[in-house]
Amino acid sequence: MGPPTAQFRRVAARTGPAVTLRFDGVSIAATAGDSVLAALLQHGTLLRRLEFGAEPRAGFCLMGACQDCWVWSSAGGRIRACTTPVAEGMELFAMPQASFDRPAEESGRG
Amino acid sequence: MTGRTTDVAIVGGGLVGAWTAFFLARRGQRVTVLEKGVVGAQSSGVNFGNLRLQGRFPGQYPLSLRSQALWEEFEALTGEDCEFEQSGHLYLAYDAEEHARLESYAEVSESYGLAIERLEPADLRRRWPWLGQQAVAATFSARDATANPRLATPAVMRAAARHGASVRENTRVVDIGRSGDGFTLALANGETLSCGALVNSAGAWALEIAERFGETAPLFPAGPPQFVTEPFPYLIAPSIQAIDGSVIFRQIPRGNVILAGYPRTAADPQANRAPVPPAKTLAAMRALARVAPVLAQCHVIRVWSGIEAYLPDMIPVIGPSQTTAGLFHAFGFCGHGFQIGPGVGACLSEMILDGGTQTPLAPFGIGRFRSATQVSEKFRKEFD
Amino acid sequence: MADPVIVGAGPAGIAAAEVLCAAGLRPILIDEGARAGGQGYRRPAESLALDMARLMGSEARKYAALHRRFEALLPRIDYRPGTLVWAIDGDTLHLLRDGRAETLCFDRLLIASGAMDRIAPLPGWTLPGVFTLGGAQVALKDQGCLIGSRVAFLGSSPLLALAAKQYREMGAEIAVIADTTALRAKAAALPALLHAPRTLARGLWYMAASLRAGTKMLHGAVPVAIEGSERVEALLLHDARGRERRFACDAVALGYGLKPETQLADLAGATFVYDADFRLFLPKIDGMGRARPGLYLAGDGVRIGGADAAEASGALAAHAILSDLGRPAEIAVTRRLARRVQRLRDFQRGLARAFAWPRAQIAALDDAVTLCRCENVTVGAVRASMARDLGPAEVNRVKAITRCGMGRCQGRVCGPALQELVAAECGGDGLAAGRLRGQAPVKPIALAAAMDGS
Repeated sequence: MGPPTAQFRRVAARTGPAVTLRFDGVSIAATAGDSVLAALLQHGTLLRRLEFGAEPRAGFCLMGACQDCWVWSSAGGRIRACTTPVAEGMELFAMPQASFDRPAEESGRG
Repeated sequence: MTGRTTDVAIVGGGLVGAWTAFFLARRGQRVTVLEKGVVGAQSSGVNFGNLRLQGRFPGQYPLSLRSQALWEEFEALTGEDCEFEQSGHLYLAYDAEEHARLESYAEVSESYGLAIERLEPADLRRRWPWLGQQAVAATFSARDATANPRLATPAVMRAAARHGASVRENTRVVDIGRSGDGFTLALANGETLSCGALVNSAGAWALEIAERFGETAPLFPAGPPQFVTEPFPYLIAPSIQAIDGSVIFRQIPRGNVILAGYPRTAADPQANRAPVPPAKTLAAMRALARVAPVLAQCHVIRVWSGIEAYLPDMIPVIGPSQTTAGLFHAFGFCGHGFQIGPGVGACLSEMILDGGTQTPLAPFGIGRFRSATQVSEKFRKEFD
Repeated sequence: MADPVIVGAGPAGIAAAEVLCAAGLRPILIDEGARAGGQGYRRPAESLALDMARLMGSEARKYAALHRRFEALLPRIDYRPGTLVWAIDGDTLHLLRDGRAETLCFDRLLIASGAMDRIAPLPGWTLPGVFTLGGAQVALKDQGCLIGSRVAFLGSSPLLALAAKQYREMGAEIAVIADTTALRAKAAALPALLHAPRTLARGLWYMAASLRAGTKMLHGAVPVAIEGSERVEALLLHDARGRERRFACDAVALGYGLKPETQLADLAGATFVYDADFRLFLPKIDGMGRARPGLYLAGDGVRIGGADAAEASGALAAHAILSDLGRPAEIAVTRRLARRVQRLRDFQRGLARAFAWPRAQIAALDDAVTLCRCENVTVGAVRASMARDLGPAEVNRVKAITRCGMGRCQGRVCGPALQELVAAECGGDGLAAGRLRGQAPVKPIALAAAMDGS
């Protein structure tokens, strides 16, 4: 196979307002009505890194059951990509961001 | 007497039964543990996993400190890891009255040699900047720890078995009779077992045994509602508790935040059920979001509870029977048995083999229920 | 008296709402999805230029009719889309709507929670590009996307050929359709399949269509691994003659039939019994779908039967509600519905025997294979825990010790494979392995959901 490009391939056009979101700092063009998962996988092959070992994940059941497609949002939590519609200005990440990166040694151990 | 098949029979394969078996077997006793289900499945396995030293019942400190030393040696004693983390315990007070209570707890702790650090709001902001800002004071005890209750009891029981204890799961005791200076136990499968000493560590099911020998305690079952979140980046090292009891939480290094809150839930030991009402889940979630707003977007993924035995004065029964020589009780741990489990096992083994223990256990005798029962303030607070 | 509450707006829930409306009631129809139709009859948003008539093929007419009927119902029901039932406590449903917790009391509750794919793990199944077979169809119907450009279909199910046909028609290259059941095993189950000849004919037609299109279709395939580092690169398997075959692909659709989503039935107090054909614990129901007084179960969420059976069982359960409310029984109608449900479910039972759940494959999985994709628990970790002295011998204990099935999905994905692995390690049957108990919340809920109200 060639270098990883996109996982999903759109075969039915969607019409509607253009929406721009960012994933790991990269702008992604989508259309209102797209799920976050479909938007991200049309431009890449990965949604998140597993908490335990950082292996790549990109969802599995696509119907809100398997809970595999939670991506980090700038709002400080996670959203389930397959059931969340895109919204203008969404800022999403495959890994947790700075506010959670503080080493426990600094903040916790007494 | 003849036909005796074991020196000590232990009814109830929870944490207390396991440690008792461990210490007896290590001193060469023939020990048989009889567990109606599987080891460590009830309150020993479903509790919060807190090895808290701050804020305990004052009369329990010698036992508690003895137990902590054993937890600190867990791996050396059992040969297994139980996810023991000595990450400290932080107590939070949200008003002056709570602050005063915190201070009185701290003084008791210190009188038993525990190092307690007093923290101002500014200290809290500096060390745990993600905490909600409302706390007016806090105390931190670095020696407090946590462990994984699901792993601990089976590990201790395996260690006891390596020392020669016989551990029989799915073995229900249907009758216990006195025979000579010992006991004869009838098992559900038709077998009988004779023993010289009998340990009643049957948790929420312990009263049946006590009452067979003419003593009782106002024991009732309840469950601690517990909740766990999805894994979040590891941020929260100590276990953190609001002194009003609304929430206690800790984060395990793999990321999940475990939380529990009062009031406790009803439990049915006959049907073996302790459901968690969803309203309590929501209440605990609200309380956690207040103490740690950083977790507001964190998702709860699972709830559970289990069957624990409570007494109205909120302290356990530990010690010899008042009616029957050779019978020893250890039950009714009121939701704080996990931490003292190892020490209780050590003390029971000494009572059985040496006729007594150096660890003071006077407040915990079963005889205290002969007179009017005291109802603890803690009891009023923890139940609805 | 409160209005009857229906959970799930798929064919079963819609048919039930129709019957209740016709009797003058105004049911509350709660659905987690944003649009009605469930998974199978999922309707794309207007903005998507997708020819559903073509995609649905022989089911197009029913699909269109169901949505027409639903629209006609709308003014007469209390429809609450985008609403998750996360717990059930006595007669109270705990809901999550727009990120907020709320409650709803009920006298009579009909759960039509649908199904999801049943999955057998294999090396590489957590790689990006591996999706469930149902997910492959959802990507198409909901988002107008293919899960990849060159797709392998792996598992054991007549839906493999159906989905492959849809994918081929939409422009995907089909790397292979690899069914793990041998052709002769399927043939042996044919008698049971004759209960629903029309459905059978359709299944055979899909297979024939695949062959006509020159798609490689293997029966009796033994999966070896899905290969790739950061994404799917190939499917490796042994064919029925034991030869190693490698199929380059950028996506894999994986499915071994469907399993009911029974978590809500569990929380609502249904009793479960082991079904040896499906090798699953299923809620106990009477001939009309009653699970206990006031609780009714219908559709694929209680017994796999397909969309037609779901509709009929939804209507039947609604008649049970009416009868329990003291309305005059429509005996002829309910008898006809009951017969229809029975016939269609018998057919699916035949399918479950024909398209076998790969027990031996699961029992033989390598220790290194991930079993629980939420908590990253391997097959070997489960085996090791069980092999110890005083180790667990039942699925809930295995879960407690190993964290397998303890994660975000609550064992939805790994549950059936875990149960099979535990059964294999005990040398016992699936019944002895026990049933993973359902716990609230049935899906993750953010702390913030609890902040206002309730």
